[in-house]
Amino acid sequence: MSMAHGSEAAGHMAHHDERPKGLTRWLTTTNHKDIGTMYLVFSLAMFLIGGLFALLIRAELFQPGLQLVDPGFYNQLTTVHALVMVFGAVMPATVGLANWMIPLQIGATDMALPRMNLFSFWLLFFAFLLLISTLFMPGGAPAAGWTFYPPLVLQSGSAFPMAVFSIHMMGASSIMGAINVIVTIVNMRAPGMTLLKMPLFTWSWLVTAYLLIAVMPVFAGGVTMLLTDYYFATSFFNAAGGGDPVLFQHVFWFFGHPEVYIMILPAFGIVSEIIPTFSRKPIFGYEAMVYAIASIAFLSFIVWAHHMFTVGMPLAGQLFFSLSTMLIAVPTGVKIFNWTATMWRGSLSFEPPMLFALSFLFLFTIGGFSGLMVAIAPADFQYHDTYFVVAHFHYVLVPGAVFAIMAAVYYWLPKWTGHMYDMRLAKWHFWLTTIFVNVLFFPQHFLGLAGMPRRIPDYATQFTDWNMVSSIGAFGFGLSQLLFVWLIVKCARGGARATAGVWDSSHGLEWTVPSPAPYHTFEKAPELR
Amino acid sequence: MSIAKRNSRLPVTAGAVAALTALPAHADWGLLNMPKGVSELSREIYDMHMIMVWICLIIAVLTFGAMIVAMIRFRRSRGAVADTKMLHNARLEAAWTIVPTLILIGMAIPSVEKLIKIEDTTGSELTIKVTGHQWQWHYEYLGSGVSFFSHLARSSDLARQRGSGINPGTVANYLLDVDNPLVVPTGIKIRLLLTANDVIHAWWVPDFGMKRDAIPGFINEMWISVDEDRPGTYRGQCAELCGADHGFMPIVVIAKPRAEFDAWLTQQKAAKL
Repeated sequence: MSMAHGSEAAGHMAHHDERPKGLTRWLTTTNHKDIGTMYLVFSLAMFLIGGLFALLIRAELFQPGLQLVDPGFYNQLTTVHALVMVFGAVMPATVGLANWMIPLQIGATDMALPRMNLFSFWLLFFAFLLLISTLFMPGGAPAAGWTFYPPLVLQSGSAFPMAVFSIHMMGASSIMGAINVIVTIVNMRAPGMTLLKMPLFTWSWLVTAYLLIAVMPVFAGGVTMLLTDYYFATSFFNAAGGGDPVLFQHVFWFFGHPEVYIMILPAFGIVSEIIPTFSRKPIFGYEAMVYAIASIAFLSFIVWAHHMFTVGMPLAGQLFFSLSTMLIAVPTGVKIFNWTATMWRGSLSFEPPMLFALSFLFLFTIGGFSGLMVAIAPADFQYHDTYFVVAHFHYVLVPGAVFAIMAAVYYWLPKWTGHMYDMRLAKWHFWLTTIFVNVLFFPQHFLGLAGMPRRIPDYATQFTDWNMVSSIGAFGFGLSQLLFVWLIVKCARGGARATAGVWDSSHGLEWTVPSPAPYHTFEKAPELR
Repeated sequence: MSIAKRNSRLPVTAGAVAALTALPAHADWGLLNMPKGVSELSREIYDMHMIMVWICLIIAVLTFGAMIVAMIRFRRSRGAVADTKMLHNARLEAAWTIVPTLILIGMAIPSVEKLIKIEDTTGSELTIKVTGHQWQWHYEYLGSGVSFFSHLARSSDLARQRGSGINPGTVANYLLDVDNPLVVPTGIKIRLLLTANDVIHAWWVPDFGMKRDAIPGFINEMWISVDEDRPGTYRGQCAELCGADHGFMPIVVIAKPRAEFDAWLTQQKAAKL
């Protein structure tokens, strides 16, 4: 995909650059770059807030006995930590990247529905204001885990409807964002950019957007049924009234499993952009990569009950969900092998985006292995609801999704700000983050196998040592992220000027516009050669 | 659980090594791996786990090996030139789709066999109804009239209060001790009927291999057994988040030889009358 177009001179654009200054700009903007920036800044703020909750949790778990928090508040912390990280940090970060990069990658002027774009951002902002404020309300934040299982969740305090409403708002925001992505990609590609010429990041988001539209309404429906059970005695999930608590788990995981792919598919897309750039070689097996994303998305709809092997499903159900889950390893394996083959006979260099992408490649694969293990129903009877599962999903979400997002920031930050960032600081951030993430999460495999259940504020004394190691890793990891914040602030304020291409081997339309990308780009559609 | 270990304020690695050498209850690898357990099912599950561990380790060595070789051999700093014509290779791609599928089938076969065995609760000689409450367990020996609640032991309950000033290291079996343990006979298949009174709980003793949810309004079943030659005390915990004191409703099972168990049950019946 080499581009002939390169005449997006900043001077030509200058008269379009008039916009309100200060706060009004951010409240009223419909520009995809501004909205992308807002999503990314919001995501970073949520990452730090969710991280604070995590550090409180790890501080309490540093040694046995209760030192800092009460068990009830501990449960609020784990619940809100998960909701903030999933819906506040990871998803908005990928939405921010989509806003910034999809129009630039496909040669579109903006997102297709710019006002809805702004609305979906502010909806998300107030959803989180509402959710976090429940911590300070009577009865506190929801404390039944982010999975909201009834009947426990129906014991929540009077702030429960606030939490449910905030989820409705997040869902509406996500659905609007997803519709925007689909409409943009389907209608606004530059002439000549057929679907199978699209960059893989854009591809991954097209599939992700369909997943979002398919499952967010299911989740919204599920939590609404909780609300009617809570206030109107509908008994959907109450056996005494003819309902079934496990029904909620099916509804939740029908949403929840595609949800994990909503978080990881854009990460796959990012890594598929970065590894070719720094291997100086096109991606190996482009079409296989597209089909692998599509197959993973399809499979994500038929595996949900593997989260529920212990609820007492019939044998046939357990067999189906166990075997279908194992199948996901095939397309995921194809992706891992294709990334490795992309590096093979390449010309590799190790700039910060590549470092994070490689770290993703190794550590996400570890999460994949433990994922395969928990898919095996008989073994899962031991793993289920232990720290082994905690280790598994944190490996796929932190060195998986979060590392890919950091790789994306390091990859595109010069394009956004027009400045190169401090490479030395970035490498420090990388090494500290990669070392501490393993100190933090690897021992949790041992804890789980040795028998430590998840979601407990205090533990038997034989689990002390690995918990201490894990907590030390958590604080190391958390503090290292301050370097990341500092680096971004420094880069936004100044630094060596970035060229249009930024990286010597970058390819794709986003690298044909100057750095920083002008406020309006591709007003004349680029030509694809 | 050793008390010496609790006092170690050495660097973490030394602490871990000390923990491994100083633990009498789960010696050597007990803190790193799944316990092999004391029952038919726990061994089946352990074997399945180890099959998975070894397969994953072998695949990890091969894939990580390829990645590391690529990172060393194809560095630009060593003068590597990219082969930009290497776009795809149908045979290779077919191979790395088909081979993993075959490996998965290889894993699935033992997994299905074991699952069928786990789900077969027929032929049990004793049925115990287990009811989860916030936050204690209730056990009922069906047909004998013997039933009782099992609650976190007083010593742990005192120590676990915030600001109790009691070092958990000084409490025997901290958080894993109860007032009235469940008593079971060794050497037979025991069926557990699981339900709950309020919210969902899960009954889990790692040495027996199994856990299953106790769901209000529904009855789940699972079976356990304890090897004839392994009478003793086995400990576990509630494994499904059930509210504030989820971490404080342990399970303790005392496995006795059949004759001793029968004597115990008779004595319990007599005490009820």
